[in-house]
Amino acid sequence: MKFDKEVDARKLNCPLPILRCKKGLSDMLGNQVLKITATDLGAEKDFAAFCSQTGHELLNLDKTKNELTFYIKKRATD
Amino acid sequence: MAKKLALIASKGSLDWAYPPFILASTGIAMGKEVTVFCTFYGLNLLLKDLSHLRISPQGNPDMPMKMPFGPKWFQSIDFGPKIPNIIWNIPGFELFATKMMKKTFQNNGMATIEELRSICVEMGVKFIACEMTMGMFGFSRDEFIEGIEFAGAATYLDVAQKSSQDLFI
Repeated sequence: MKFDKEVDARKLNCPLPILRCKKGLSDMLGNQVLKITATDLGAEKDFAAFCSQTGHELLNLDKTKNELTFYIKKRATD
Repeated sequence: MAKKLALIASKGSLDWAYPPFILASTGIAMGKEVTVFCTFYGLNLLLKDLSHLRISPQGNPDMPMKMPFGPKWFQSIDFGPKIPNIIWNIPGFELFATKMMKKTFQNNGMATIEELRSICVEMGVKFIACEMTMGMFGFSRDEFIEGIEFAGAATYLDVAQKSSQDLFI
């Protein structure tokens, strides 16, 4: 999947993956895609909640045994 | 209009310092306006120096206590129920438990309280120190971090009424 920016949030625990995601998105343009990788398995539900609250779109989630990779499209109007 | 979250932070131990800072930083990352009203022991969370924050194993007899070092079998032993609570009266033992807890936080990729607080401040969480308890405990304004406000119960209730989420921690 294509993305414009990548953030590594592996080995970080709640709430740091969400905070890294927010920081990563902050200097991006609307509709650009952020790829973020996390090993905190609780992040799966947290990122869904984060996106539903903020209006960013969770395009895709790749799951392996210990790792989650999210693709998040920044909302157009900011 | 932005959604608002209002928190009361009333506890001043190392473990209980986490929930208000975690919720405040996450709330602001989710686009909310966040106010944290720090009262009683929660005032400790706003002091310039946070290094004195401790955990209290004696006050939390069910605290799981696993060593953050050594071989796996050793790390999996929960010493919590095995240690008689009276041990924590021995000078230095509480400090040792605090050190172990900090190491456990670090091993689990958790932020330190200092890091979380500075993220909160940077992102614009509004902190209010309770003026009444400050006076009672003999704190002066210059002991606290910059950029916070000083007010009382009426201010908090006003903020809470305008918020859609409101928690006492």
